[in-house]
This record gives sequence, C-alpha cells and structure tokens, in this order.
Amino acid sequence: MVNQIAVFMENRKGRILELTKALKEAGLDLITLSIADTKDFGILRCIARDNDLAEKTLKSAGFTVTVNALIGVEVEDRPGGLSDALSLLEDGDINVEYLYSFAHAATKRAVIMFKVSDEAKAVEVLKRHNIRILDNADL
Amino acid sequence: MFFQKEIETLQRSKLEQLQLERLKKIVAYCYDNVPFYTKKFDSVGLKPSHITSFKEFRNLPPTTKDDFRDNYPYGLLAVPMQKIVRLHASSGTTGKPVVVCYTKGDLDIWSDAVARFIVSSGGRSSDIVQNAFGYGLFTGALGLHTGWEKIGAAVIPASAGNTERQIMLMRDLKVTALVATPSYGLYIGETMREIGVKPSDLSLRLGFFGAEASTKETHAQLSALLGIRTNDNYGLTEVMGPGVAGECELKCGMHIAEDHFYAEIVDGETLKPLPDGDEGEMLITTLTKEGMPVLRYRTKDITRLNRDPCACGRTHARMNRVVGRTDDMLIIRGVNVFPSQIESVLMEMDGVGNSYEIIVDRVKHADTLEVLIEITDGSLLNEYAALEALRSKIRRRLREVLQLDVKVRLVEPMSIKRYEGKAKRVRDLRKDAGK
Repeated sequence: MVNQIAVFMENRKGRILELTKALKEAGLDLITLSIADTKDFGILRCIARDNDLAEKTLKSAGFTVTVNALIGVEVEDRPGGLSDALSLLEDGDINVEYLYSFAHAATKRAVIMFKVSDEAKAVEVLKRHNIRILDNADL
Repeated sequence: MFFQKEIETLQRSKLEQLQLERLKKIVAYCYDNVPFYTKKFDSVGLKPSHITSFKEFRNLPPTTKDDFRDNYPYGLLAVPMQKIVRLHASSGTTGKPVVVCYTKGDLDIWSDAVARFIVSSGGRSSDIVQNAFGYGLFTGALGLHTGWEKIGAAVIPASAGNTERQIMLMRDLKVTALVATPSYGLYIGETMREIGVKPSDLSLRLGFFGAEASTKETHAQLSALLGIRTNDNYGLTEVMGPGVAGECELKCGMHIAEDHFYAEIVDGETLKPLPDGDEGEMLITTLTKEGMPVLRYRTKDITRLNRDPCACGRTHARMNRVVGRTDDMLIIRGVNVFPSQIESVLMEMDGVGNSYEIIVDRVKHADTLEVLIEITDGSLLNEYAALEALRSKIRRRLREVLQLDVKVRLVEPMSIKRYEGKAKRVRDLRKDAGK
C-alpha cells in the first residue's frame, strides 16, 4: 500500500505555495501532488519521498494533516492500461472514489493509485490477477 | 465552605428586610449627594421618603451607560475626591470610557464579594493562583487579585499574554488555580497541546473565567483542555466589577451577593418588571457602595433569577449564565441572534477547534450570516465527503437553534485570531449594523 498525506486546504490565495515552501525548507522531494478545484476548501493530497518527515513538517507548520493508504499498481504505459486495471475492480463490484496516476516515459510503465470503497477486496482481486500492489519504496 | 457564612445563608425574609433597609438608606444617600440622582427623582416626582418598599423603588427611571458618559468623569461621585482610593475604567470601544471610583470601604466590600464566590466554588488559602487577566484599568484583574488575597491564597499577577511563559509559570510554580477570560483560557489550553504540556504535568485544579459571556459548552471545553473544574462569575464595571455574582460548587446558577446588590429583571423594551423566573434584562442597584453608588443600572445582560434556596446552603438568589448582552444581540433578517447560541452549537461539534468567527453582511438587501470554524481533526481528511458531512451537520444544528440559514466555512487551524483578553467574535459588515 502507498501512504499519502492529506492536508486540509482553504481555497485562499497563496496557501499551496506556503505548503510547498514548508516542504522545500525541510528539503523534501515530492513525488505527487494533487488538489481538485473546490469552492471554499479542499483536500490536498501528496506523496513525498520521505512521507513521515513531510507529515511532521506540515503538522508543525500548522496544517491539519492525516496519512491514509492508497492502492498503488503499476501497469504498462499503453492504450488500455488503465482501463484493464479498472475493469478488474469493476468486475469485483468495487467503487473507485478517486485515483491519480503518473507515467514514467523512460520505463514505459505507469503508476495508478486508487482510493476504493472496499480496500481489502480490491487488494484480493488485484492479487488474484497477479498484479503487484506497490508501496512507497516502489515509487 | 463559606467565606461569610452568616450573611451567605441568612434566612430569605431577613435578607430581604436587610436589603430594604439598605435600599432606603442608599436612595436617600444618592438623593442627598449626587445631583444626577436628585434630578432623576424630581423628574418623576419621587422623594426618598416615598420609597417604603421595593415596589415604589421601581418607579425610578433606570440609570444607563450613557448617564455615566454624560457625567464623565466625576459627575456620579457621592463623596469628595479625598475619600477615593482607587479608580478603574471600562474598555469602551468608542468615545470616553466609563470611569468608576472606589472608597476604602468599597474596596473592602468588593474583595469580600469576590472572596465569597472564590470560596464557594472551591478556592482555598492553600491555592497558588495565576491571574492571567490583563492588569490595568480593567476591574477584572485587580478584582480577582484582591479577592484571592483576602482568602489568603498566593496570587501571581501574571497578566495576559506571553502564553508559553504562562504555561511555564503554571508548571514551575505549581499553580493550582487560573484566572482568565474564557477565550484566553482556551488559547492557553490549545498552546499547551501544541507544545506538548499535558494537564497532568500541571497542578491546576480550578479555573475562574469571567469578563465575557460564555456558554456551558465552552466551560466543558475549558475543563477538558486544562483538566480543571471551572467557575463562572459575573460582574460589571459600572456596578463594581467581578463579584456581583458567582457560582457555587453545585454549578446551578450564580449567587448574587444580595446584601450588596439588589437585582431586578425587567422587559428589555418596556422596562416593566418581570416575575421571578422570567427571562429579561437585569437591573442592579448597589446597596452599600459609597464612592459611586448606582441605582437601577441597566446591565443590558439577559438572564433570569431563581430565589429558591440552593442545596449548598446559600440563600442568595441565583442568576442564570448570561445568554447575551442586549448590545451583543444581532438582528439577522428580523431574527434575534445571540453569538452565545452559535457558540453552543460549535462547541458541541467534534473535529473542530475552539475559536470561531461570525461574519454578518448584507448582500442585495438581505442579511447574511457566516460562521468560520477551524478544522483540527485529520481523520476528516480521509474523504472529502466527511468534511461536507461535518459542514452540513453544523448548518443543520445552527438552523435548528437559530431558525436561520447560516453559511459555514471550514478554515485552517490557527487562521482565526486568538485573544488574550475579551474575544471579539463578531464582524458586522453591514453599514447600519442592522439596528
């Protein structure tokens, strides 16, 4: 499983910058960062190379923070790669709450991270199809 | 435990007899010594000799804060200045402050009144007291200071501010009782949590919170954050300062020091007297004050009185926690809203902080009410829906309590201003302030 950091974020000018500055000052390297456009507030989600330190850094910078686990899988970077993975979850009647992904151009592989309705079942389904579940070290 | 058992437990009929005797005396004293009162009596054709019961006294028009301002600074004095030993002033936000003067005798009565509620809610001579009220013109700090000294406790005049140092002092000096505004108490508790000081690291057992209206939910928060039993007490500068009333250990209302203060409840608009138990504005008459006595002072505080004997043994009437000052009341789309009602709802919620802000505005001729509260619980961030659910829950509760639609904005921790003294929770952006 991949641990991600979730941060409460008001929709206020300069807040994302402040967060990234705090991480920069601690010398932290971000692997991913995502936030959707919401009206007043939202949840910023990110994964840093050193997630524990990132969590500590953001907490002491005054952010409300939690760490939660996502299912990460690696697929081939080709048309249909994501669709094939999703259809496995669909067949298992598992709902995807959100996902994000990134592709490595060099290795032709893509990483997809899911938040699903039933984590245990999703892991079971993916394993049954010989899909390896990633952890933070794999990113 | 009692500080002045005999008077605090005096039979009601005797207490009321004492009040009436003192009332007659103070009425004549004011009439003879303060031209402002002479004129007030004359304006309605009353003479001190007409006042043979509380009923006749109610024909006297009340005294208001404006009367203090119009007679600034010494117009309401009843004694020559050489008899005055202390002055205080209220924190007026606009114009001149309200100035009050005390004789030696007044200070003695005042500290007695404070000592009473301290002892009645568990304060003892063995206590070490940190007074985090701001020292200065404000009556709160010196009022509590002298009351605690009177019972023989050790008082640390820490004053407000420098919160981390406050916590260091509390820990190092083994402080057992804290005096602060409720909002500063919350801030101290929050800072303790932040710097990793647990209530069990301290010797704190009692908290005396006053100088601003607070809800029972806030007291519960204070109690949990600081690991203490809290006391609520009541007073106001124009009348004396803290000590007018204070809770006993049973926490079932604040006992008014009725041998010194005569309280009435009236309809805030018509000023007609209301029966015991009805909610209305409280008027207070000082029965024993020499320097600046005040008759039928309009406190603008809304409460109710209960004259039933208390299980603690005290016979003095109890007033309810103040719902709100009529001055603080907001009129939103014609509905009366007290900030304390909003506070009660917010303090019941899990996952949010203790600080909040209320913003009132007018958009296209309609009043809007917005409440800001900080998100402190990370577990709400597992899914966006949890945040939305919390917001809806707060809105729903506010609608139930206020009968109004309120916009709720969830904000980041520590983004709302903290206060070391009286908190200012409401921002009214309407040009005419809705009045």
